[in-house]
Amino acid sequence: MSVTVRLPSQLRVLVGGSAEVAVEAANVRDAIAAVEALHPGLAARVLDDAGEIRRFVNVFVADEDVRFLEGLDTALSAGSVVSLVPAVAGGC
Amino acid sequence: MSFAVGLRCRECGTTYAAEARYSCDECFGPLEVAYDLDAAAKVVTRERIAAGPASIWRYHDLLPDHGGEPVDLGAGWTPLKRADRLAAELGLDELWLKDDTRNPTGSFKDRVVSCALSSARRLGFTTAACASTGNLATSVAAHAAALGWPSVTVIPSDLEKSKVAMTAIFGGVVLAVDGNYDDVNRLCAELVDSHPDWAFANVNLRAYYAEGSKTLAYEIVEQLGWQLPAQVIAPIASGSQLTKIAKGFREFTQLGLVEGEAPVMFGAQAAGCSPVATAYANGTNIIRPVKPNTIARSLAIGNPADGPYALDEMRAHGGDCGSVSDEAILAAISQLARTEGIFAETAGGTVIASLAQLIEKGSIDRTKPVVAIISGHGLKTLDAIVETATPTAVISPKLADAEAALAQHKKETTR
Repeated sequence: MSVTVRLPSQLRVLVGGSAEVAVEAANVRDAIAAVEALHPGLAARVLDDAGEIRRFVNVFVADEDVRFLEGLDTALSAGSVVSLVPAVAGGC
Repeated sequence: MSFAVGLRCRECGTTYAAEARYSCDECFGPLEVAYDLDAAAKVVTRERIAAGPASIWRYHDLLPDHGGEPVDLGAGWTPLKRADRLAAELGLDELWLKDDTRNPTGSFKDRVVSCALSSARRLGFTTAACASTGNLATSVAAHAAALGWPSVTVIPSDLEKSKVAMTAIFGGVVLAVDGNYDDVNRLCAELVDSHPDWAFANVNLRAYYAEGSKTLAYEIVEQLGWQLPAQVIAPIASGSQLTKIAKGFREFTQLGLVEGEAPVMFGAQAAGCSPVATAYANGTNIIRPVKPNTIARSLAIGNPADGPYALDEMRAHGGDCGSVSDEAILAAISQLARTEGIFAETAGGTVIASLAQLIEKGSIDRTKPVVAIISGHGLKTLDAIVETATPTAVISPKLADAEAALAQHKKETTR
């Protein structure tokens, strides 16, 4: 099904400058792999060597952090928006 | 001279020049100042440090380069006070209080701001800014005023009146945001993009800022007569302070300035905002963000950036993390004031209440020395205590009235 992957400014250079990429995917893992297939280099920035989401990258589906859902296995439906957001540094 | 050599990503190790940059391009991990500790070890001695100024800048060798002269209101070199009366009440053999209420603007934030703005000036910035729960805003506004710089501080709109006034008095721009600290922090992440020429102490200058907290560890070791404490308890908001205190002990050990076992690190949170304590108790490294609801406003960060690192440091040597009620925090503020003559803000109450909780639980060893970090002055959070800290009696200016009130008080307290 068709879903949208939203990228932070730091990653847009990898996809030719656009903020969103539309791909076909059934879960978050597939969505990241689909963007990687179109624009090589993205997966390594978002996933660590073990293939897990990097500690300082947050992945949201419908505004919920996937760490509180099924992680990379979180299912997507048609029109789902997957947002990749760097963790906000800061805090005092 | 500073032995800082640049920035390094804590997650993937990618290195960068010593510039204003707040996250790693490769993995988004946080950046840390990197030092040439091998070169430093040949130069830095106890005598060299002891001959330095009575401020955090006695440790300039191990801090970010200030570029010639620090931005300095006199942060640091605060008293380490032996606290026998409080220790007796808590059932501890040996307790020390690191009294950071005694900083220029009344909190440990002066340490980190002195570091951040010294680096900011070296890097060519001319405006100071921050996202803050209050104490940081006060310190940034004060240091900016001392520099003659404009400042922009961003705080939640419902902070304690005294903290807002203590910030606004320095004349900078104070943006009070309808929202909590995490909303403020996200807003500042966007402001950094639209105002890249502003030095946000804890966002784009965060790597430099955070280093200032190491000086708490350095001073504790030096003030204990060049010894490591067995146990340390520190408040946790973003988790940066506790993480950097542990790093400070490690660096002094690596440099051969002190020997012995690494201190066991304990954290303190308010139950109304305890995402790190919850993750600790659950044995997980994933911190579930919370919406804060506590009088400990300076610790009210629901999504703590350095929480995972604070967990690592507490777990490294068998620590723990307290989580205490607002009632316990208020009682601990009174207890600390009554037994040791130190008036702490709510964060200090959180530390003392957590200390009692972790002693009771058996996590803290009663027979080994403990150092507790008292990070801010009680005048900052007067709102929290004005209802309960009141006169014993209100009387007319007559001797008989005074004697009657004293007799009544004696009767009530000996009952």
